[in-house]
Amino acid sequence: MDRRELIKTIAVLTGAAFVGGDLFLSGCREQNKALFSQEDIAFFDEVAETIIPRTDTPGAKDAEVGKFMVLYASDCYDIAQQQTLQQGITQINNTAKKKFRRAFVQLTTAQKLSLLTDIQEEARRQKARKDAPVHYFTLMKQLTLLGFFTSEAGATQVLRHLPVPGTYHGCVDYNGETAWG
Amino acid sequence: MAENKDAVTHFDAIVVGSGISGGWAAKELCEKGLKTLVLERGRNVEHIRDYPTASTPVWDFKYRGALPKSVLDANPYISRAAGYDASTAHFFVKDADHPYIQEKPFEWIRGYQVGGKSLIWGRACARWSAMDFTAPHRYGYGIEWPVGYDDIAPWYSHVEKFIGVCGNKDGIDTMPDGEFQPAFELNCVEQHLKEVVAEKFNRHYVSGRWAQVTQPQEIHKEQHRQCLSRNLCMRGCPLGGYFSSNASTLPWAEKTGNLTIRPFSVVHSVIYDEQSGKAAGVKVIDAQTKEEIIYHAKIIFLNASALNTNLILLNSVSERFPNGLGNDNGLLGKYICFHNYRASVSGEFDGFEDKYYKVSKPSECIIPNFRNVYQQDTDFVGGYVIFSAGYREKLNDENVPAVLGAAFKEAISKPGKWGAYMYMQGETIPKASNHVRLSKDKKDEWGIPLLITSVDYDDNDDRMVKDFIEQGTAMMAAAGAKNIVVNDNRQPPGLDIHEMGGVRMGKDPATSLLNEWNQLHHCKNVFVTDGACMTSTGNQSPSILYMSLTARAANYAVEQLKKGAL
Repeated sequence: MDRRELIKTIAVLTGAAFVGGDLFLSGCREQNKALFSQEDIAFFDEVAETIIPRTDTPGAKDAEVGKFMVLYASDCYDIAQQQTLQQGITQINNTAKKKFRRAFVQLTTAQKLSLLTDIQEEARRQKARKDAPVHYFTLMKQLTLLGFFTSEAGATQVLRHLPVPGTYHGCVDYNGETAWG
Repeated sequence: MAENKDAVTHFDAIVVGSGISGGWAAKELCEKGLKTLVLERGRNVEHIRDYPTASTPVWDFKYRGALPKSVLDANPYISRAAGYDASTAHFFVKDADHPYIQEKPFEWIRGYQVGGKSLIWGRACARWSAMDFTAPHRYGYGIEWPVGYDDIAPWYSHVEKFIGVCGNKDGIDTMPDGEFQPAFELNCVEQHLKEVVAEKFNRHYVSGRWAQVTQPQEIHKEQHRQCLSRNLCMRGCPLGGYFSSNASTLPWAEKTGNLTIRPFSVVHSVIYDEQSGKAAGVKVIDAQTKEEIIYHAKIIFLNASALNTNLILLNSVSERFPNGLGNDNGLLGKYICFHNYRASVSGEFDGFEDKYYKVSKPSECIIPNFRNVYQQDTDFVGGYVIFSAGYREKLNDENVPAVLGAAFKEAISKPGKWGAYMYMQGETIPKASNHVRLSKDKKDEWGIPLLITSVDYDDNDDRMVKDFIEQGTAMMAAAGAKNIVVNDNRQPPGLDIHEMGGVRMGKDPATSLLNEWNQLHHCKNVFVTDGACMTSTGNQSPSILYMSLTARAANYAVEQLKKGAL
């Protein structure tokens, strides 16, 4: 899966330019200080798994997307974007506690889904406002999609992967299969 | 290729550069029995062994292919090169290591290693037509080429058979057929564009002729080369699927026992011998030790890449040639030209949702030039070709339910919208004002003057861009494209990676530096057969012409040498 092609589509899917994806404005810095904790990784794993769950194929947790999200945000985001993401963790937990009296990672699958669906709607409304800053959930969703579809599990077991195809066929019938990774 | 470290300093031939044209010079000269020294300023790169990312999957790159910020910050120019990313960056120079001076914006893309840019080239291999060779002279925007299509055609064949070029025999007068292996199929949208472009515009939209071995012939089996559509070409191909010096010409030359390659050899200048009126050899600075070494040879091929070949000649001063070797007319370094890649058109297509393709192909389609072919029929001179491809987006973003979870996962994992793009590759006019020269006071770490680039677009280029955008948009619209997006990126010259000229061929020593055999008019045992030799840019990708001119000149050089004429 070509990263550049992928971030173009992710931008459409999330309705916002891919953050930390523009090769010429940003790049990734090796960070030595830990901006995120193991707890944060576990939290992101649950968010990502809610967006892309395990079905008959692997999900975000199988692909260790939480770990990737933390690496990418630490090294490829600027400080403002990192803060947005960190505030997002707090916000989601606050909402979870208000609604269900528990931290997000302790919610049932159905509760996680309902909560993030509401937040996604909030992000969509925020995007509609002119000059609104990027919503933390948009960042989470972008990182989830990038992390998942460039992972071994996502690129080879959800999408289709042929490292050495042999012959290229230009025009074949399409019957609902997943895309080529 | 092992570096030969013994102290032999006399050879039959010296080739400066090991890229697309240098590799060809080495192959031809070695095959003809000449003890040949290839000087490469960069490191050694051995086929397969030195392709560290050749089979690295995306998940094994730290940021999944994004580059570290430190790399981007340190390389503002080279990092904008086509194909530069975490999987290929090791085949491009680092900006800081190889400074030059941009009098006008010019982003000079270089790959300093054995194999040069042949590892990272675009691989398009169409022939020039007879009209392309005559156009500048016919329409009065350039000088006459000293060779024509018929002179080069047998050498095109010679090169095509050896490197492996895929394509169809399309019978198009503006893009002659060659010795082809099976072409890559068009996908459904490309097929549709082909039909519309033929019916409504009377133009050709065909599978590109690309340097891929799709059906290995005997000679490719000997080279262990076959393309299996991995489509990761620019990382170096473990299958030798595309042509590079590393996979093809250099190992072939080495088999003869006549090849010596010396990496880390920065050529300072060609040494002129006043008594014989010929070049005696070259002066090399070892890139690592800075040691100065003189190598001698009977013939010298300069294939250092277009601008570096200019630099070497400008720096080759002697009593006889105070302004650079062969530069009696003062035109050395002038008439630098390039290809105009500024504009693109893209759009989306409905109606092909039930069609897909199997994996991907390493080539594009091409619409050969249809402007100013038999007569001047536009408000600009020169022509352009259009490269184009249809594609289906990797993930689906159409009609995705506004939900998260399993339904979302299923919806986005499907292939998405069909789209197609077109971009131009336009001829530019050779002009004396577009030039390179040496800095009078700034030198690099090897004591060689820095090159100053003074190269820019003109209004002919603007008019051509406008025409391409109109024609590209019209063809896309006629094919039913929606959401058509037009872009003129105004990228500086250099990013096209097709810089040419400065040491141009011609019939008249008063207006050119090289004759019809690529010899310096005034120093016959020095041959220039890389991009520097170009009299005009044409509109096709130039590499296969460099290869053909190189093979032709090398064979001529050997003949002349045997006759005692050099």
